Amino acid sequence: MADEKDGGEAGLLELQKKIKEAFEVFDHEANDTVDVREIGTIIRSLGCCPSEGELHDLIAEVEEEEPTGYIRLEKFLPMMVKVLSERRYRPIPEDLLLQAFEVLDSAKEGFLTKEELVKYMTEEGEPFTEEEMEEMLSAALDPETNTIQYRDYLAMMVIDEN
Amino acid sequence: MGCSHSVHNETKKSEKAMKAAVLIQNWYRCYKARLELRRRQALNIFENIEYADEQDQMQLAKFFAFMLEHYVKNKSSADNLPKIFNPEPKRKSDEETIISLIEVPDTYYGPRLKFPLTFADVVLLIDAFKENQILHARYVLEVLLEAKKILQQMPNIIHISSTVSKELTICGDIHGKLDDLFLIFYKNGLPSGNNRYVFNGDFVDRGQNSMEVLMVLFSFLLVYPNDVYLNRGNHEDYLMNMRYGFTKEIMQKYKQHGAKILHLLEEVYTWLPIGTLIDKKVLVIHGGIADNTDLTVLEQMKRNRMRSVLMPPLVPAVFDPRHGHFSHELPPPAMLAMEQLTKYEWDQIVNILWSDPRSRKGCYPNTSRGGGCYFGPDVTENILTKFGLKMIIRSHECKPEGFDICHDGKIITVFSASNYYEEGSNRGAYLKLSHDTTPRFFQYQSSQITQAKTLHERVDIVENAAFRILGERMIIRKTNLIQAFRKYDPNDTGKISLSDWAKATEEVLELHLPWMSLCPRLVKTIEDGYVLYNMGFKDLPVVRAPKVAKAGMVETLVRYRSDLKIIFNIIDKDQSGLISMDEFRAMWKLFCSHYNIDIEESHVDQLAHSMDLNKDGSIDFNEFLTAFDVVHRATNKL
Repeated sequence: MADEKDGGEAGLLELQKKIKEAFEVFDHEANDTVDVREIGTIIRSLGCCPSEGELHDLIAEVEEEEPTGYIRLEKFLPMMVKVLSERRYRPIPEDLLLQAFEVLDSAKEGFLTKEELVKYMTEEGEPFTEEEMEEMLSAALDPETNTIQYRDYLAMMVIDEN
Repeated sequence: MGCSHSVHNETKKSEKAMKAAVLIQNWYRCYKARLELRRRQALNIFENIEYADEQDQMQLAKFFAFMLEHYVKNKSSADNLPKIFNPEPKRKSDEETIISLIEVPDTYYGPRLKFPLTFADVVLLIDAFKENQILHARYVLEVLLEAKKILQQMPNIIHISSTVSKELTICGDIHGKLDDLFLIFYKNGLPSGNNRYVFNGDFVDRGQNSMEVLMVLFSFLLVYPNDVYLNRGNHEDYLMNMRYGFTKEIMQKYKQHGAKILHLLEEVYTWLPIGTLIDKKVLVIHGGIADNTDLTVLEQMKRNRMRSVLMPPLVPAVFDPRHGHFSHELPPPAMLAMEQLTKYEWDQIVNILWSDPRSRKGCYPNTSRGGGCYFGPDVTENILTKFGLKMIIRSHECKPEGFDICHDGKIITVFSASNYYEEGSNRGAYLKLSHDTTPRFFQYQSSQITQAKTLHERVDIVENAAFRILGERMIIRKTNLIQAFRKYDPNDTGKISLSDWAKATEEVLELHLPWMSLCPRLVKTIEDGYVLYNMGFKDLPVVRAPKVAKAGMVETLVRYRSDLKIIFNIIDKDQSGLISMDEFRAMWKLFCSHYNIDIEESHVDQLAHSMDLNKDGSIDFNEFLTAFDVVHRATNKL
């Protein structure tokens, strides 16, 4: 039907515009290329949450045959449109996040000690760099108790985002 | 052997923990990325505005040329030339005498320096600056005078050798950020015979402690003249200082002797070397190169004749034998006597101080800044080959990580002023070179306040600062903006579409930014995708001005404030801060005709009279300009 088609096209244009604007922020020379090291930030800033491993695969898809260190918009755009319209790498819902913290909270006390969080974040999974760890702690750590009250922390993050 | 139940459970538990960890890490990285996007957007805004400002300089430079021509045509003797166009040669004994006459009172409890300076003096100086003390003008002048003497003996490009045992540290723009300088010294040690440093220009302007930075650097130069190297940057230029804050800092800190300091400083700048060449292979210069950059010419020219990027050399008159006269007006003899560089030499040095590398091939004018070039990797390749160089280390551009590498590793940018635009905007960096090895980079970000805040708070700060500046730019062009909006609203409904608003705003402000996504942040009066443009200014800052001034004139004055300040300073022959009504009127007429501003003479007269507060026929132009300003409303936001 005409309406659906228009809606679909308009939706596609909006999507492309959104992707282009995010891309342009990192396109320092206004020549439709960005440094490959910024691709992760661009993809995540568009609302997707690929893991480091998944990111690696996405980059491989859009790199040149002979990697130049730069990614071109004309390759990035169709890939990103697909990712967004297929709703891949959706952000993690709040309740799942809470569950994740609860899993790490082996003593079931409602908080994690600083040492516990640092251990998990820097030694397990896809480890944080020192900088990432410090940044998370700066907002998450309750300096008086030296613990992470993760329910409060998550609640605050949700407000921040909105 | 066998699967014991507890081992199986353990494995399951640690698998779960790993999955949980990945989830949290993943989520956090996404959150961080969204903040990073906002930070970069804010930085883009700052950068765009910074370069647009630099472009304005081109116009100012042309105005000076225009003014000069005007004087030449109308006055026959050099006496009426503003001093700035005809500087008197300074006699050394004059300077020294004047300085020695300045007494340091007993009540002064700041650092007292003894010449020749020793390491102990510099340590004293640093400690004093950490306590926010101000160095007495007498010592400032002495340091400047001694620095000038040393610099005069140096070649345009200093040749140094790296050694296996000692490392060389190279720092980029500092821009008056004393905290960053101290942070570098803390991390990397003070300069000494064993710890050599190159400071690659732009020591001053923008930051609050340009004077202190300069004093520390010059003092180290005096104590270790063979181990500390200072290259000239585009901000080591007395007219740039008028625009970008150093002149103001000096006049505020040194009310009595500020003028003397400015005079001497002007000269000292011109004696700063243009670059440093390490092992004949690594060239360290402030800005960049152009396709015709010629090291031989750069090494031979009289560098002290390059006074300011805003004062290009005059084109000499040419005798036309066919018609038996000069094809230009013949300048008065005094002007011909002015020592100038040739246009070719001047261009060479401007390119070194102002150019930026880009990935596009070729060499073309740097339209963002209005000076120097953009040069591509092919230009780099050619120049490096031509002069047997391995790489160029330069500064001049703020980089989020404090440094950047481009042109296949041949161009390195190092920028040492962290938080340059705003708290949290960028890191600073320095690099270390040892004999034949690749450079190592060290990053930092100063400011205790930054450390205490979360990532989110830091991004908020940068973003809000960027929007404030944008708001200022918009309000001082309100008249033009409304005119442009009206073109898209032929039926006078008071509404235009978001995309028309974006188009019009970009046209008037001449800034290429994502206006469509910025609009809702700047203008709160949007309904159903339409902008109510007339009311859209009520959330922007307010322009403060004397009541008698008319709107069009107000906007012009606020917009060109820094240019006008420079112009007034130039007209003010005796540096008294006052100009006569006649001078003001004459200058204003010239200004309006050159900048294509249409303001009725009666408005100007009215305004000038209202500003003649003493009613003695003279105008204090600092007071005059301060009366026109952009003021931010108090908001409820913390």
